[in-house]
Amino acid sequence: MAALSINNVCKTYANGTDVLKGINIAIGDGEFLILVGPSGCGKSTLLNMIAGLDDISSGDIAIGNKRVNELSPKDRDIAMVFQSYALYPSMTVRENISFGLEIRKTPRAEIDATVKRVAEMLQITHLLERKPGQMSGGQRQRVAMGRALARNPAIFLFDEPLSNLDAKLRVEMRTEIKLMHQRLKSTIVYVTHDQIEAMTLGDKIAVMKDGIVQQFGSPQDIYDNPANLFVAGFIGSPSMNFIPATVVQSGSDIGVKICDDNGCVVLPLPHDKAKLAAFVGKEVIFGIRPEQITDARTAHRDGLPVMACHIDVIEPTGPDTLVFVSLNNTKVCCRTHPTEAKYPGESMELVFDVSKAVLFDPATEARIV
Amino acid sequence: MSGSSSQGSLHALADRWLPKLVLSPTLAASLIFVYGFIAWTGWLSFTESRLMPRYEWAGFVQYQALFENERWWTTAANLGIFGGLFILFCLLVGLLMAVLLDQKIRAEGALRTVYLYPMALSFVVTGTAWKWMLNPDMGLQKVVVDLGFTDFTFDWLVNPDMAIYTVVIAGVWQSSGFVMALFLAGLRGIDDSIIKAAQVDGASLPTIYRRILIPSLRPVFFSVLLILSHIAIKSFDLVMALTGGGPGNSSDVPAIFMYQFAFTRGQLGVGAASAMMMLITIVAVLVPLMYMETRSAKRV
Amino acid sequence: MFKNLTVGRALVYAALLLMAIYYLLPLYVMLTTSFKSLDDIREGNMLALPQLWQGGAWSKAWAEACTGVECNGMQGFFWNSIKMTLPAVAISTLLGAVNGYVVSMWRFKGSDALFTMLLVGCFIPFQVVLLPMAQLLGLLGLANTTAGLVLVHVVYGTAFTTLFFRNFYITVPDELVKAARIDGAGFWTIFLRILLPISGPIFVVCIIWQFTQIWNDFLFGVVFAAGESQPITVALNNLVNTSTGVKEYNVDMAAAIIAALPTLFVYMVAGRYFVRGLTAGAVKG
Repeated sequence: MAALSINNVCKTYANGTDVLKGINIAIGDGEFLILVGPSGCGKSTLLNMIAGLDDISSGDIAIGNKRVNELSPKDRDIAMVFQSYALYPSMTVRENISFGLEIRKTPRAEIDATVKRVAEMLQITHLLERKPGQMSGGQRQRVAMGRALARNPAIFLFDEPLSNLDAKLRVEMRTEIKLMHQRLKSTIVYVTHDQIEAMTLGDKIAVMKDGIVQQFGSPQDIYDNPANLFVAGFIGSPSMNFIPATVVQSGSDIGVKICDDNGCVVLPLPHDKAKLAAFVGKEVIFGIRPEQITDARTAHRDGLPVMACHIDVIEPTGPDTLVFVSLNNTKVCCRTHPTEAKYPGESMELVFDVSKAVLFDPATEARIV
Repeated sequence: MSGSSSQGSLHALADRWLPKLVLSPTLAASLIFVYGFIAWTGWLSFTESRLMPRYEWAGFVQYQALFENERWWTTAANLGIFGGLFILFCLLVGLLMAVLLDQKIRAEGALRTVYLYPMALSFVVTGTAWKWMLNPDMGLQKVVVDLGFTDFTFDWLVNPDMAIYTVVIAGVWQSSGFVMALFLAGLRGIDDSIIKAAQVDGASLPTIYRRILIPSLRPVFFSVLLILSHIAIKSFDLVMALTGGGPGNSSDVPAIFMYQFAFTRGQLGVGAASAMMMLITIVAVLVPLMYMETRSAKRV
Repeated sequence: MFKNLTVGRALVYAALLLMAIYYLLPLYVMLTTSFKSLDDIREGNMLALPQLWQGGAWSKAWAEACTGVECNGMQGFFWNSIKMTLPAVAISTLLGAVNGYVVSMWRFKGSDALFTMLLVGCFIPFQVVLLPMAQLLGLLGLANTTAGLVLVHVVYGTAFTTLFFRNFYITVPDELVKAARIDGAGFWTIFLRILLPISGPIFVVCIIWQFTQIWNDFLFGVVFAAGESQPITVALNNLVNTSTGVKEYNVDMAAAIIAALPTLFVYMVAGRYFVRGLTAGAVKG
């Protein structure tokens, strides 16, 4: 197990495109790091660079205090699980798992013991003599993990390992990976485009876009305090509502003006007045998550602003019913208790929990408060 | 520890250079035997070389000689006739057979085997076989005459005006099965749901072929055209075995012209010039075709 | 739908059957002619079966027929072709496999351009290389030898084999190579242990393609190998187009079938792969 530090790492392709523009990330021994972002954000390139499969244009990568820039993949003490699993098609499961150990000239008895231990841990003992072509996606996924585990590396690298599985299996495997991490206390770097995987698995998340780390922090911190509009919209499902609104001052309160067909209200904001004052009269983006607009019963907090809204559509999900209304000509999603939700065409009293709402500058997309 | 890491970097170095090292013999061969030799032939075509190669620049004399040679123009005309008809009939026959075979035919595998086996034969064998089939005294002509059509003549093989068409017959026989295989593979590669959608829209089967399936074979069509024109321009063995370029020079083609001037008549310069003309022809035909092929492949 | 129109269906089958006859007729005529006596050929009908099945033309074609000055039949040239084809196929296929592995799995700066440069070799009319090649083979002392022909076929066949293997290996996910590199395998280990074991089908395709191409070649044979060392296609052409003496059509046909036998055999045994080779070569070629 080892810590990983990435210092000012850049990647420029021969044709001049910058894929990574100065990445700085550090995690401690045994931490679970998630690299998340939309496709093309550079997360897989970064993982390949940690693995030694892609060259580093500038900057340093260190594994356990040892700079590894020039080391070939086999000398970095890493193991990797791929999206396509990349199992060697001509080899049995046993051979797949032992291949890396064999190349490293591990004694036969030790290889056999390792294969046995790993197979038992992942419950694939009965598959050991099969070839990859004779197994289901979930089984192949386990074997791919087994191949990585057998090597007992300093760092595990996962490249979207669950995205080829069906939804149910994906949730199951997610839990297993988390269990494995808790048990082995291994250092893991995990690339995904799925923000739910990012939230559920990670100790630390690096949200990436356009070759830049937009925000690096714990899952809850990123959820509660998104650094900018992109992070706020990317993390969370259904995603945060972004309502264009004007900042207004009424008396000592500063708030945002929200209108629907019936009229307008001002939602007073409990945030830092000094910061807000600068934006009075200006257009901002008012960000509020669906669970922060709800029915009175769910809210069960007094003193929050209430607004009667005209319902356009409802989507029952089971535990909640999503109610869609139109505020400032923007579709807004609200998460309500199923028994409290009204029907389309009706009006419903919605409580706005503004304490966790955020404001963004529409020009820079940076967070205001 | 330090030992293993220096060994490791040695491995890394090897992995960096091995691919280039492994590829280099082939690249060197390509540079010498393809590019170098083309340049060499090109240079020869601008010299006075006759029986022995000479390397002094002499300008366009060989090309002048070539263009003043009536036989060269005969070969060019023959290439036009043969190439045009060969490609046309291969396309027609190949497409027809592919469409017919696509009708859930019983014994499709056996029929495909039959249509395609000529492709496994040497053009020399094909030429030999058809030379015998088309023999005016004892071949097909006699078969028809024996049937009672006593006036029937089929003497193309020895008729200077018609000899080149026998090459077309044999060439189509050899290559049309291959065209069929390509078109059939193309038809089978089309998404089934497109056909279902067209059926739901009420299109009849001929309409589906005419309006949807055959147009979507465009990329295959260009590939086929590419291969057929390549075969046509290079054709040498078939003509040699079937007619030998005769009677006289009546079915001569550029490849035979080049061979005879360069290797049996001791006219290296003219031979080189004709070879360069063949190269130019191939480039002129293939480059636009390849361009269209990649474009149509992108669009589909 | 055609399926319901029995008349249309019948027409389709009739057309297909007619085509089958067109393709089979020359083979039938070759076979029957080769078993006829010369009198039978002269007097009888080309499409008729032999009045008396005779194998004489075959033994003559194999051992006695005149191909120019020599009258030793096709046997020597058949072995020439084998001695030329087997090494040329083996070498060009192995080279193609390794080259294809490099240009698909170990791409480096400029490797795509180099591959394109190689591919040009598939498209040139070989007439433009005949003269310099003849000179070079003379210089190397390889003129009119089987070894010289092997060299020529390897040189000009490797562009095709590289294309075959490259097109196959690009369908293999490159994560496989990445996984193997992380497992510690190097260039050759990855090739031998990971890729070769899954390359069976493409080897068959490539070997069949090269075998038919090289066995059936006439141009290189007629230019670079005369007399003793000529391959069977050249010998066949000489036999058929020799104008001395009585034309023995039965011997011609037997000789033609002998020359065609190896490739026909390969086609019958592995026709599936043959078609795949043709289409694979065509799709990207």
